[in-house]
Amino acid sequence: MKHAVHKLFWAWDFEKEEKWLNEMAAKGLLLTDVGFCRYVFQEGTPGEYQYHLEWLRHFPSHPESRAYIQFIEETGAEHVGSFKKWVYLRKKASEGAFNLFSGLDSRIAHFQRVTRLIALLSFVALAYVVALASHCLRLGYVPEAYLYMFGAYAAMLTLFGTGYLKTLGAYRKLKRKRIVQE
Amino acid sequence: MENIALTEAVYYILLSLYEPLHGYGIMQKIEELSNGRVLLAAGTLYGALSTLVERGWIEALPGEKNSRRKEYVILPQGKAAVENEIRRLRELLANGELITRGEAK
Repeated sequence: MKHAVHKLFWAWDFEKEEKWLNEMAAKGLLLTDVGFCRYVFQEGTPGEYQYHLEWLRHFPSHPESRAYIQFIEETGAEHVGSFKKWVYLRKKASEGAFNLFSGLDSRIAHFQRVTRLIALLSFVALAYVVALASHCLRLGYVPEAYLYMFGAYAAMLTLFGTGYLKTLGAYRKLKRKRIVQE
Repeated sequence: MENIALTEAVYYILLSLYEPLHGYGIMQKIEELSNGRVLLAAGTLYGALSTLVERGWIEALPGEKNSRRKEYVILPQGKAAVENEIRRLRELLANGELITRGEAK
């Protein structure tokens, strides 16, 4: 039996998303496909798989990403699906522990990539707000339709900005930890 | 050789490559060498392997056509790095033992 679940996770909550997927797997709902805010689960043995997700440097179809995914698969893991540069991987619990990153350095590098992604989104939202504001300044008044757009972009900026600060905080925490340990 | 401190992961990857191994083999070898203490994750290993190849410390073997799994082996520069690391670890160990046993120099 397959179940499609629609759920939204922001990029800065990817660890929560991963936790949720593993909780589902523990209940016997195994992720088999992903899309935009869409998760397809197949009923299976509870706890059979462990899941991880990663934001890659390149899109999954890029040769470097393909080489990377193939390498991960050779270690006994399986590529479940991708959305943009996010890849969803799983490994049978019976085949041993599954982790993508050991040691702080690679976790830091991954966090840095995610932080950059969110920074880019925030920057785009900021650019829209600035462009709209400067346009209104030139006009000398604020057309009513612009008010809604302004509100929407400002909300986007607040959302992404908050997400950015959140990931940046987590990233810095890891960096501080790295001073003491590997 | 510059005075480089290797990470635990790199040290064990280099050690495991005194004989040619593919990715998963390296992970298993390291787990075995460290009696299950060091579980190297696949993503971390992948990054480390490409960096070590770039540095010329290890190389990917040409391999057979049918085999998709790439095997790696250590190069002289990698061996020099390991030797250097062993000297560094000896110093760390000696100083650690000296001081914790209250026999400071």
